[in-house]
Amino acid sequence: MNVILGLAHVYDVNDVDTDRIIPGKYTKTLDVRELARHVLEDLDPTFAGRVRPGDVLVFGNNFGCGSSREQAPAAIKAAGVACVVARSFARIFYRNAINIGLPLIELAEAHDIANGHTVRVELQRGEVINCATGRVFRAAPMPAVMVDILRAGGLVNYLKQHGDYVIREI
Amino acid sequence: MTQQTIAEKILSRAARKRVRAGEIAIVHVDGAMATDATAPLAIQAFHEMGGRRVWDARRVAFVLDHAAPAPNERIANLHAMMRQFARDQGCHFYDVGEGICHQLMVERGHVRPGDLFLGADSHTPTCGALNAFGAGVGSTDLAGILLTGKTWLRVPHSIRIELVGAWPLGVTAKDLALFLVGRVGLEGAHYHCVEFTGEAIEPLRLSQRMTLANMTSEMGAKAGIVAPAGLRLPYDFAPVNADPGAAYARALRFDVSRLTPHVALPHSPDNVVPIARAKGVKINAGFIGSCTNARLDDLQQAAAVLRGRKLAPGVRLLIAPASRAVFNAALRDGTIAALSEAGATFIGAGCGPCVGTHEGVPGNGEVVISSTNRNFQGRMGNPRAQIYLASPAVVAASVLAGEICEPADVVPDASNSLPRMSETPAAPAPTDAIPTL
Repeated sequence: MNVILGLAHVYDVNDVDTDRIIPGKYTKTLDVRELARHVLEDLDPTFAGRVRPGDVLVFGNNFGCGSSREQAPAAIKAAGVACVVARSFARIFYRNAINIGLPLIELAEAHDIANGHTVRVELQRGEVINCATGRVFRAAPMPAVMVDILRAGGLVNYLKQHGDYVIREI
Repeated sequence: MTQQTIAEKILSRAARKRVRAGEIAIVHVDGAMATDATAPLAIQAFHEMGGRRVWDARRVAFVLDHAAPAPNERIANLHAMMRQFARDQGCHFYDVGEGICHQLMVERGHVRPGDLFLGADSHTPTCGALNAFGAGVGSTDLAGILLTGKTWLRVPHSIRIELVGAWPLGVTAKDLALFLVGRVGLEGAHYHCVEFTGEAIEPLRLSQRMTLANMTSEMGAKAGIVAPAGLRLPYDFAPVNADPGAAYARALRFDVSRLTPHVALPHSPDNVVPIARAKGVKINAGFIGSCTNARLDDLQQAAAVLRGRKLAPGVRLLIAPASRAVFNAALRDGTIAALSEAGATFIGAGCGPCVGTHEGVPGNGEVVISSTNRNFQGRMGNPRAQIYLASPAVVAASVLAGEICEPADVVPDASNSLPRMSETPAAPAPTDAIPTL
């Protein structure tokens, strides 16, 4: 999970809100496969049909703004997306994503990455490499506790396993 | 040793070590809260984590406020589930009609200066009025807190907003909050903590400090903290001030003496203009409520405008007090009678109309002027309605005239009806609207 290698889907769009990630009308279900079928459908109706397990999403500023619904990162994760790269994330979306086990990388500059490029993401080192161009982008390294939560598949499993937050030196 | 902001000081204490902005820390939480909108999922996740007992039941509160009283069978059953969980665990529980979560957390002493308080609701920064760090979290987050009393968070960089000058008559903390949201923008304080300081905060009562801290949510802030200068509480506390020379991401300074009443136009809280540019817009209804502006002084300001008068023909005014204590105090001092005789309709203390969960939904094409915090399209339950945000005094004046205006436009002896921030209010301090412990 520390290293992700996937195909990029790039949307140079800012302020994609949780309603565009998963419209409210679909959030009444607890079936994440149903959520995955409608993920990002108002933004790109073809996305849910094209996305493959391990793919990487690339967005602009303030991704995931709007409501605090956890179904938004859950829908992206259920669609098989391995990591979301964005210039910035809405605060509660960021927390929810880590807590449900969806890796995120906040990258100020990633304009080099285009649709169909293969990208390699090293979470703990905060590195995104565009394999198509060889360019390396550096984000802040991800703190150990967040890597551990992601590795466990989310906060529920993490706390089920550990019973408490475990401080671990990298 | 580097100098620290208020946020860094509070989070250093919570982390049990000195932390700096930008760091991720595991922090001990002083108190936590969830509402009927977020607690059911949190309780479910708590069980999935293998949780049996909440880490410290005395530090946990559950509030029925978003859809209370229950509008349907499904929500009634969720309420029942929360009642049962709170009873089994021995947590604080506020049932239907007790009030809005953020009001209760301050009013009933769940938060104290210097605390780290986390709530599963986006307006949790409201308790920053008490010189505390309050932030909103998600349901799974809250479940983790229920289990461990701890959570992970990134220590935010702070934005300092220094407020100077004397408050003009008729201008309230709400006008300042709207003005600042307009200036800073919806994402202007993203991930940041907004720290309010300066001489103009000193005369502010707790209620007005809450309004200011509350609307930092609309700037995208993680928390909003009001410096302790002028904060009066019925108990001794250790104030938390920033060190001189602490590093801020941004420092802004505003002179409140030049401020006028402000209004947010549809459909965004940062679409803010001076009231002069919104005057004359015909309205169908007014709403005074929410964690932003439904406290005793808010109701008193509305009553000062409406006492002895009648709503404009065809215009409705809905009022949901912030809490039962606010309602009771307003009953005792005649505020409720004045408002009801003017034609206002009272509903129970809670969030309902503000979030559009039930009660007070406007019709297609209707225009509402509201004392709340958000006017996104569909916010009150109907995407075809237009919502304007303003202070309670402006809402009251507007429902009297049938169009957006300020008290001085409709009340001949306006000076007696205008809100005063910088003087001792004519009415006695709302003793049950400040923390009683």
